[in-house]
Amino acid sequence: MSTTMDAISDHGSSHHIDDVDRSGPPLVEMEDISISFGGIHAVDGASIDLYSGEVVALLGHNGAGKSTLIKILSGAYKRDSGEIRVRGEAASISNPRDAKTYGIETIYQTLALADNVDAAANLFLGREIMTSLGTLDDAAMEAEARKVMGRLNPNFRRFKEPVKALSGGQRQSVAIARAILFDAKILIMDEPTAALGPQETAQVADLIKELKKEQIGIFLISHDIHDVFDLSDRVVVMKNGQVVGSAKTTDVTKDEVLGMIILGKCPPGAQPGPGAMKD
Amino acid sequence: MSEAVSQTPSKPKTASSTGGFKHFLKATEIDTRMLGMIGALFVIWIGFHILSGGTFLTARNLWNLSVQTASVGVMATGMVLVIVTRNIDLSVGSILGVTGMIMAIAQTTWLTPMLGFDSQLVWILTLAVGLAAGLTIGALQGFVIAYMGVPAFIVTLGGLLIWRGAAWWVASGRTIPITDNNFKIIGGGSDGSIGSTWSWLIALVAIAFLALAAVNARRQRHRFHFPVKPIWAEVLTFGLGALAVVVATLVVNSYYLPGPLARRYAEASGIEVPEAGLAISFGYAVPVLLFIGVGIVMTFIARRTRFGRYVFAIGGNPEAAELAGINTKRVTMMVFALMGMLAAVGAAISTARLTSATNAQGTLDELYTIAAAVIGGTSLAGGAGTIAGAMLGALVMQSLQSGMVLLGMDTPLQNIVVGAVLVVAVWLDTIYRRRAA
Repeated sequence: MSTTMDAISDHGSSHHIDDVDRSGPPLVEMEDISISFGGIHAVDGASIDLYSGEVVALLGHNGAGKSTLIKILSGAYKRDSGEIRVRGEAASISNPRDAKTYGIETIYQTLALADNVDAAANLFLGREIMTSLGTLDDAAMEAEARKVMGRLNPNFRRFKEPVKALSGGQRQSVAIARAILFDAKILIMDEPTAALGPQETAQVADLIKELKKEQIGIFLISHDIHDVFDLSDRVVVMKNGQVVGSAKTTDVTKDEVLGMIILGKCPPGAQPGPGAMKD
Repeated sequence: MSEAVSQTPSKPKTASSTGGFKHFLKATEIDTRMLGMIGALFVIWIGFHILSGGTFLTARNLWNLSVQTASVGVMATGMVLVIVTRNIDLSVGSILGVTGMIMAIAQTTWLTPMLGFDSQLVWILTLAVGLAAGLTIGALQGFVIAYMGVPAFIVTLGGLLIWRGAAWWVASGRTIPITDNNFKIIGGGSDGSIGSTWSWLIALVAIAFLALAAVNARRQRHRFHFPVKPIWAEVLTFGLGALAVVVATLVVNSYYLPGPLARRYAEASGIEVPEAGLAISFGYAVPVLLFIGVGIVMTFIARRTRFGRYVFAIGGNPEAAELAGINTKRVTMMVFALMGMLAAVGAAISTARLTSATNAQGTLDELYTIAAAVIGGTSLAGGAGTIAGAMLGALVMQSLQSGMVLLGMDTPLQNIVVGAVLVVAVWLDTIYRRRAA
C-alpha cells in the first residue's frame, strides 16, 4: 500500500515508450475467452495479454465487447469458455473477491461507488479496517482515506459527506484511490477520463505513468483513441466481440488504429486477430 | 395529525433561510429530520392532550404508551435494515403471530410440565424456542429472496398468509393462555416494572453512557487530528440527552401502583401500610427496557459492524457492493433472518402482555412496523435510515393510535387515519429527498 503511494507522490520522471520487459511470462493472459448473453456472442474467442509495467489500451466501439471482456477478468462476469493465467499459472476467477486476491483491481466506468456512504467507507468497502474488538475502525479508515486522497486530490475535504454529494472528478478520485489502496498488481481502468475535465484528465495521465513505473500492469479501456494513445505501450482493438488485432503503439499511427476500430482493417504494423477484415 | 406531518418539510427551509440556525445544526450535528420528527411528536401529544380534555399527557398514559410501543418498536428496528437493502417484509405481523403461538404451546404443553411451575428455566427456554423459530422463518424467507431470486414483496406477502395460517393450524384456532409468571414479566404490568430505585439507577447508567460515548468519540477524532465539534455543542447535545433521560424517569416514576396492587406488594415485601395509602412507583417497564436494549444493539450492528456497513452499501448501490466483493446474497438473507428474530422478540412482549397467544395477534403489525420505519426517515428507495428514527417513528404511530382510542374513535376510523398517515409520510419523504438531491 505505502510503496504505491510513495511512488505517486514522487512526480517528474519521463515516460519512455516501450521500456517493457516481455521476456518472462505475461502478468496476465486471457486466452480464447467467450461469453454470450441470450444467444449474442458478446465476446467471441478473444485473447489478450499484459506485462508488468505495461499499459495496454483496449479500444473499440460501444458494444465491441471490451468492457465485457474486462469484466470477466475482474470477476463481475463468469466466462463460458477460455482460460485466464496470472504470471503463467491458471487463475480461477469467478467473482470479484477472487479477482482481488490476484491483485486485480478495477475502476469501472460507472465508478461503482455506494453513493449513500462517505469516501472512507467506499475506499474500504469489503476490506474494512477493524478494531481489536471486531468493530469498524472508522477513525483509522478516515485517516488512511485522508492520506491517499491527500495525494490524489489535495483539495479534497469532504470526508464526512456521502459520495453522491461529490463532483464527478472527486468521485473519480475516490474510485481510483480505492483501486490503488490495496497493492494492486493489475489495474483495469474502464473509460477513466470520460467524466473528467482537462486538468483532471492530466492528473489521471500522470497517475498512470507513476503506477507503470511501479511495475503495475494497466488495461485502459476506451472508445476514444485520443484519450489513451499517448499513454499506452500497446493497443488491442476489438470489434463485434472479436479481437481485430494488436500492435505496439510505436508501430502504428492513430489513423491506422482508427481504421482498425471502424473497419476492422489490420495495418501492416499490427498482428491480426480473428476479428480482422479478410481481404 | 395534519399539523404533525406538516412539520417535517418546513424544517430544511428554515435551516437554509437563517444562517445562524444552519450553523447551529452543523455544529451540533443534529439531524434536521430527527428534529422534525420530535417536533411532530410533541404536536401530536399536545394536540391529543387538549382534545382529550387533559388525559393524554399523564404519567399513566405515557407509561402505557411506552409499553404499547415496545412490540412494534422492536420490529421497526429490523424493518429499517430490510428497507435499507431495498426490500420489504410484509410478513412480520404473521411471524409475530406464529412465534407467539409456538412459544405459548411450547411453554404450556412441554416446558412447564417438564421443568415445574415457575421454574427459571421455563421463561428462558420459551424465549429461546421463539427466537429460534423466528430466526428460522426469517432465514427461510431470506433464502428464497436472496438465492432463489423471488422478490421480497411476493415472498413476504406469501409469508403473511402462510405464517398466519400456520398459527391458526398449530393451535387449531384456540387461544392459548400462558402460565409462567416469570415470562409474563417480559410483557410489563405491575410485576413487569422495575420500580423507582432501579429506574434511577438505569437513568444514571444511561447518562454515564452518553458522557462516555461523547468523550470517546472526541478522543478518537483527536487521535487522528480530525476536526472536532465545538465544546459548547458537545455539552449541549449531551445535556439534552441527559435531560430526556431524567424527564422520562420522572414520568415513569410518578405513575403509582393502584391501591389494591400496592397493598399486595406491601404485604409481599413486608412494608407497613400507612393511613394515607402507599405511593409505589411503577418505574420503567421491562418491555420498554427490552425495546431500548434492542435499539442499542441494532444501532451498534448498523453503525459499528461490517454487516451493518454492507447493508447500507447494498442499499446505496447493489451492483457496487457486489463488485466490491461483498456477498450480497448472504447479507440479504441475514437481514431477513434478523427481522424474523426481532418479530419473535415482539411476539414475546405481546404474548406476555396479553398473557396468552391468540390467532389475531400481530394482525396489521406489518403496516405499523413499516410505517414506523418510514416515518422515522427510512427511505423506500433504499440506502438510508436510522434505528433511532424508526424507534421514534414507532412512538409516533403508537401515540396516534392510543390517542385515537383515548378520544373514543372507532376502529375503522383509526385504520383510515393510520393508512393515510403512511401514504402521507412516504409522500413527504419523496419531497424531502427530491429537495435534498
